[in-house]
Amino acid sequence: MTAGASTARFPGIGMLRETGKLFALGLDVGRGIFQRPFQLREFIQQSWFIASVTILPTALVAIPFGAVISLQFGSLARQLGAQSYTGAGSVLATVQQASPLVTALLVAGAGGSAICADIGARTIREEIDAMEVLGVSAVQRLIVPRVLACMLVALLLNGMVSVIGVLGGYFFNVVLQDGTPGAYLASFSALAQLPDLWVGEIKALIFGFIAAVVASYRGLHPPPGPKGVGDAVNQSVVITFLLLFVVNFVITLIYLQIVPTKLG
Amino acid sequence: MGAEVVIEGLTKSFGKQAIWRDVTLTLPPGEVSVMLGPSGTGKSVFLKSMIGLLKPDRGKCVVNGVDIVQCSEHKLYETRKLFGVLFQDGALFGSMNLYDNVAFPLREHTKKSETEIRKIVLEKLEMTGLKGAETKLPGEISGGMRKRAGLARALVLDPEIILCDEPDSGLDPVRTAYLSQLLIDLNAQIDATILIVTHNINVARTVPDNIGMLFRKELVMFGPREVLLTSDEPVVEQFLNGRRIGPIGMSEEKDSAQMAMEQEMADAGHHDGSTEDVRGVVPQLQPTPGLPERQGVRRRKDRVMKILHTLPPAAQEGIIESLTPEEQRRYGVQPHAYAGAQHATRPVASGSTPSRHSGELPTENIAQLPDSGWNGPAPRPQPGTGGPRHQSPRPGQGGA
Ligand SMILES: Nc1ncnc2c1ncn2[C@@H]1O[C@H](COP(=O)(O)OP(=O)(O)O)[C@@H](O)[C@H]1O
Ligand SMILES: [Mg+2]
Repeated sequence: MTAGASTARFPGIGMLRETGKLFALGLDVGRGIFQRPFQLREFIQQSWFIASVTILPTALVAIPFGAVISLQFGSLARQLGAQSYTGAGSVLATVQQASPLVTALLVAGAGGSAICADIGARTIREEIDAMEVLGVSAVQRLIVPRVLACMLVALLLNGMVSVIGVLGGYFFNVVLQDGTPGAYLASFSALAQLPDLWVGEIKALIFGFIAAVVASYRGLHPPPGPKGVGDAVNQSVVITFLLLFVVNFVITLIYLQIVPTKLG
Repeated sequence: MGAEVVIEGLTKSFGKQAIWRDVTLTLPPGEVSVMLGPSGTGKSVFLKSMIGLLKPDRGKCVVNGVDIVQCSEHKLYETRKLFGVLFQDGALFGSMNLYDNVAFPLREHTKKSETEIRKIVLEKLEMTGLKGAETKLPGEISGGMRKRAGLARALVLDPEIILCDEPDSGLDPVRTAYLSQLLIDLNAQIDATILIVTHNINVARTVPDNIGMLFRKELVMFGPREVLLTSDEPVVEQFLNGRRIGPIGMSEEKDSAQMAMEQEMADAGHHDGSTEDVRGVVPQLQPTPGLPERQGVRRRKDRVMKILHTLPPAAQEGIIESLTPEEQRRYGVQPHAYAGAQHATRPVASGSTPSRHSGELPTENIAQLPDSGWNGPAPRPQPGTGGPRHQSPRPGQGGA
């Protein structure tokens, strides 16, 4: 809400300042999560809203995604003579990598853009200012429930993408590539392990948080003028994508270091 | 009684663009003040800085001993509950209907039951003439209704300070008159301190007790209404009359070449855009009959009479003429007598402006204002006349 009055000037200072403010908002949200009263109504409404804008596209994206992975992996495995690992390979790829990323793309693209447009419209209509003046913190009242809702929906979507991906993989492997159902299922536990699912869910939670905070931040500080909100939505989606891919990379690296793989 | 707002040396800029600097004024408790200024001089920015939505570069804004500019976030939220703010477009919550909008502050900040809330909300909606429109969404009503609903919402917590950003813009003259009356009635009923930001000359002439004007990044003046209404400051004169001739141009500043050209055209008979000469003190809007008397008016009278001899002669005359004969006797002043007094730096008892007077209220009820004079314009060269620039000492300072 405050305009910085600092006089320091060097290339990139603007970006650093924005990043700092983004982090500050993230911290405020983190603090707000534990402040009472909790806005249960807003949380439920937002969860429902975000779920309703993301579920269908996610399902539609997840099916071909699972299929592509399983087709690719299936033909590769066959060339290497490792057909029995086809199921394991697609599960690993889907659960650990594909589903958090699909979730992230949709949470950012569909959920985040909706949040950003909503908050941005409220900002330029001075609703946010009005709320602050009525002694109600907009972060606490509007942003925190949205961030939590986004995290919850990301978690659910991640589970959904995993299931749909695996089912899609099964269908394509068994029906189109003449794999055997038994081998596909049996190999599940050969490579994959439970922490793979957990790390996928943790990633989804973090992605949901980042997408919602970035969207809210851009919505609270849109560029001036009538084009401002549109630009803000656009930027929020791009920024979120970039951030999510970087964060995904980092989390995957850490995970691979910490958790030993099953076949060593 | 409404809270007093003391603003000292407030300065605001966005990046390199200075908006205004060193704005110093005091909103006397329970009085209605108007801030005038051409579009784009930062009036809305000023309001937002007063309530901590924008952070000024420098200066103080003290309400009930809390400096809004510096205080902690917790204090800020607490202090803001004293304010009722009407934003330029009402700033209603688009997803709620009018009833929920107006009930919002009550639900957030009080433990009132829904029945009590209903009573208060309906009362405020009726007050602003919105009875029957409770279930409408903000997107479905006219701009004027949105504004009134915004006002209703600003009023539910019984604010001590009411800030209105251009309550008249987008309203027709009749609705503007109703809204002006509503604000005066409100002031009579709850004795709140009111600041109205506007560029509507009619509102400025009839509604407030005090008027200020922002121009060229500065507060040109702030003081009792009579001072500005009788001022011969070119900016003020031009603005009040809506003329093209004068320092205010289409863009923020006018150069002297353009000013000279316009003056030439006017001298040659080209109409300068004004309608009529609207200078001078006009009667102030009174509360609707039946409502209590405005407390602020009585306090202001005592306050203004105390600083009367520091005001410009024309303003003195206007003030004295607005008093009833009985009040003139009580304060020991008479109309048309300022001519003799204006040269006396320290007026003697026989002058129109006693250095000491006895107000009708005990001292503790009179607004105690730091520096409660009026903020005059910076002295400018006065060709020929060299008239007195009202430098007379305030009572108590000059030593008697
Ligand atoms: N958030 C902002 N960022 C940068 N400049 C702003 C901002 N808000 C207002 N301004 C500038 O401040 C000036 C005064 O605006 P405003 O207070 O809206 O004027 P008005 O007196 O008409 O209400 C304008 O020139 C505007 O461009
Ligand atoms: Mg404005």
